[in-house]
Amino acid sequence: MLTRRLLTSDWGGTFVLGLLVAMLIAVPIANLVVPPDSPYYLSSYWVALLGKFLTFALLALAIDLIWGYAGILSLGHGAFFGLGGYAMGMYLTRQIGDQGVYGHPVLPDFMVFLSYEELPWFWLGFDMFWFALLMAMLVPGLLALVFGWLAFRSRVTGVYFAIITQALVFALMLAFFRNEMGFGGNNGLTDFKEILGFSVQARETRVALFLASGIAVILGYLACRYIVTSRFGRVLIAVRDAEDRTRFSGYRVDHYKLWVFVFSAVLAGIAGALYVPQVGIINPGEFSPIRSIEAVLWVAVGGRGSLFGAIIGAFAVNGAKTWFTVAYPMFWLFALGALFVLVTLFLPRGLVGLFRRRREGES
Amino acid sequence: MIRSDTSPLRQQLRRSLSLLAGVLLLLALTAVSADAPDEALDQAPGEQGAEATSGPSVDTLIRELPAGNFNDRRSVAEALVETADPRVADILSALADGRLLATGDDPPRILIRDADDRAAGTDAITGESVAADVLADAARIPVHNPLRNALRSLVAVASVADERPERRIRSLSRLIRDGVDPDFLPFLEERLDAEDDPRASDLLKTLLAVAHLETGDEEARVAAVATLSGSLLPEARRALAATATDDPSERVRQGAAEAMEHVEARIRFFRFSENLFFGLSAGSVLLLAAIGLAITFGVMGVINMAHGELIMIGAYTTWFIQTLIPGALSTSILLAIPAAFVVAGLVGIAMERGVIQFLYGRPLETLLATFGISLILQQAVRTLFSPLNRPVASPEWLSGSLNINPVLSLTWSRIYIFVFAIMVFVALILVMKKTSLGLKVRAVAQNRPMARALGVRTGWVDALTFGLGAGLAGVAGVALSQLTNVGPNMGQAYIIDSFMVVVFGGVGNLWGTFVGAMGLGVMTKFIEPQVGAVLAKIIVLIFIILFIQKRPRGLFPKKGRAAES
Repeated sequence: MLTRRLLTSDWGGTFVLGLLVAMLIAVPIANLVVPPDSPYYLSSYWVALLGKFLTFALLALAIDLIWGYAGILSLGHGAFFGLGGYAMGMYLTRQIGDQGVYGHPVLPDFMVFLSYEELPWFWLGFDMFWFALLMAMLVPGLLALVFGWLAFRSRVTGVYFAIITQALVFALMLAFFRNEMGFGGNNGLTDFKEILGFSVQARETRVALFLASGIAVILGYLACRYIVTSRFGRVLIAVRDAEDRTRFSGYRVDHYKLWVFVFSAVLAGIAGALYVPQVGIINPGEFSPIRSIEAVLWVAVGGRGSLFGAIIGAFAVNGAKTWFTVAYPMFWLFALGALFVLVTLFLPRGLVGLFRRRREGES
Repeated sequence: MIRSDTSPLRQQLRRSLSLLAGVLLLLALTAVSADAPDEALDQAPGEQGAEATSGPSVDTLIRELPAGNFNDRRSVAEALVETADPRVADILSALADGRLLATGDDPPRILIRDADDRAAGTDAITGESVAADVLADAARIPVHNPLRNALRSLVAVASVADERPERRIRSLSRLIRDGVDPDFLPFLEERLDAEDDPRASDLLKTLLAVAHLETGDEEARVAAVATLSGSLLPEARRALAATATDDPSERVRQGAAEAMEHVEARIRFFRFSENLFFGLSAGSVLLLAAIGLAITFGVMGVINMAHGELIMIGAYTTWFIQTLIPGALSTSILLAIPAAFVVAGLVGIAMERGVIQFLYGRPLETLLATFGISLILQQAVRTLFSPLNRPVASPEWLSGSLNINPVLSLTWSRIYIFVFAIMVFVALILVMKKTSLGLKVRAVAQNRPMARALGVRTGWVDALTFGLGAGLAGVAGVALSQLTNVGPNMGQAYIIDSFMVVVFGGVGNLWGTFVGAMGLGVMTKFIEPQVGAVLAKIIVLIFIILFIQKRPRGLFPKKGRAAES
């Protein structure tokens, strides 16, 4: 059976999935059912925060799939995350309709402000939810396809690949900062009102988005697990450990890398699409290179090469970030920097490595 | 000092006041002559001695200014301009400002009240300073608006005869811009023979040619077109363009059109030169930023994401030294260069010994660890100093620009930084090729075990090499502190560009870095005028991404202790 193949000898994964499911049950109850004066009550702030962490966990999964299993370090996954976010943001912006400041029935506020006559062609169709969702996967996927095809075909690997992905996300950031691009420039897209007819601010909507994110993480985890336990996944690991030897054995290494890269980009796009309605804004800051590198740190902290480790890492680092930025805002960057150094020096297998016996060989 | 004798109180007061006025005048004179000599409205008496002997007629004319009505005054002023006497410009501008006074004597003394200090003034004819009481008793020579406007252009014409070339050039530029009364053309033509400054002479010729295009006969217009075809001034171009369409004579129209083409071609050439210069200047900034990385990344294969922060440390060292020795800008900049090299180099050595040496052979981990170090360094600077930008001043020789012609002017700071970048590059090449350290660095890069077997202390060489690269980043910071803001985030602006340069040029090849930096700089500056700065940057990034597809090892690939296999 499929579940057996996915979850046997994956104790950590089963454990993390169990925690996730428990969270998905407990959080909605604590928010919607428990009365607000009870000590077990969870405010909507926390629901949105945990929901945000879940989307980060999905992004971390996407990065771990390619970095941990195929040895592709992308420092530009924020590009796919951001593009997915923009697709959802465009849908939410069109849903504002005539409730905007200028009350224009079709054009978003910033376009009225910049005196657009009509909607640019690439905004067409985003009034439909299914289209936006499709685009949130299709656009990152296509970008990854083109970019990956160019890169892997000419055997750009290792740090070169890392640096050009960094350049990619940097170029996207510069592009989206431009008002002429038609994506709201510096301010991005915000002031969302409704999603599928429900108010974005409502408690029930937040819980629903939280649940959707949780389910996405679980499905994403299972999908990644499916990939890495398949024959395809074994070739990926071979590519990671000895790319030339795999190539000489007759495998089309570039094809394997390309498809896993595209899949990873699609996952990141979905994560972005789930992220935007929960935080209520998308702006070019999502494309800043540091955000992408930070996401890689989640994976490194959790444990590169173990999918559930990525989920743990995303929660651990972002939890620490949330706590630090409230308690000691001055020291968060010190802590983050130290984390980068210490994890690479002393925890090459991340937090997961602390608990796990070294059954698999060193990568 | 005030003498205390038995004279009446009033006399004493008057003496002390005149003494005070004298002191103030002296102060004003020194201040004005020190700041901007061409702004000075009072000239030191001795200065004009040479030309002030232009005869009593000029003095008589000056004395006639208070007499008669506004029209009389205007004709006197015009006559004064015709005399080409160097004092005239000051007198007429004082008259226009209502600062020209006349005493009640016969003949009257004509006085110029100081523009900044109402109690100080000079005699218009002799240039000697005047006591405050005399000034207070003198009456203002009245002017009204039409006269004032006429006087303004008269002043400009009169300044053409000024003895200071800067002032002549300024008034000529103004006349070219505002146009000139045809009555003064003969006067200006006379000045042409007397003019000895080449720039002023060019301007004067252009001015006359523009005037002739409007008023002269056909021959004069043809000659004027020929003169203007050599001028790059926008006014000259405008006059030519108007002539090319409106002139009654076919010959002149055709000549003007040809001259226009000639001028346009020259302007295109100078615009091209300007773009090239901007490109080389941007390239030298890139070279400075990337040259340290060419060592740490190119030679050692270490992905140092904290490179930008080492640049920042260099810039902060500059700022720190400047605050230590304020008032000696040139010295502090020159001191900052070795200081920044040492400080950034030591930080680099500490990084290498503390973290990076444990991560050799694991480039991706190195990347993450050095990124962490960059965050720590940024935040340390933010906590130690301030999250705000620090002001770094530039010495005087770095400001201003070299004006080659009206179309092309090059800023000195960029010229110096270009030269500086070349010097740093040459120095680095020499270190790598001629010193024992350079030899060992190359040996370790090519074959580490063999180098060790031959007795090279590889760990020590690694630390020094990294220190060298880091120190170069610090030196780049000194130069960049003169161009951009010095703040905790300044390093991030350069990190991606620097990596692009090194990867584009070819890892492990210093000449590749040089060509890569200059090539990318020039490319950016030639794309920029068409599409704007941001889009140009995006296009260049995309170009590099595509270029790496084609040549994954850069322009000049070279073997070394490369990052992977």
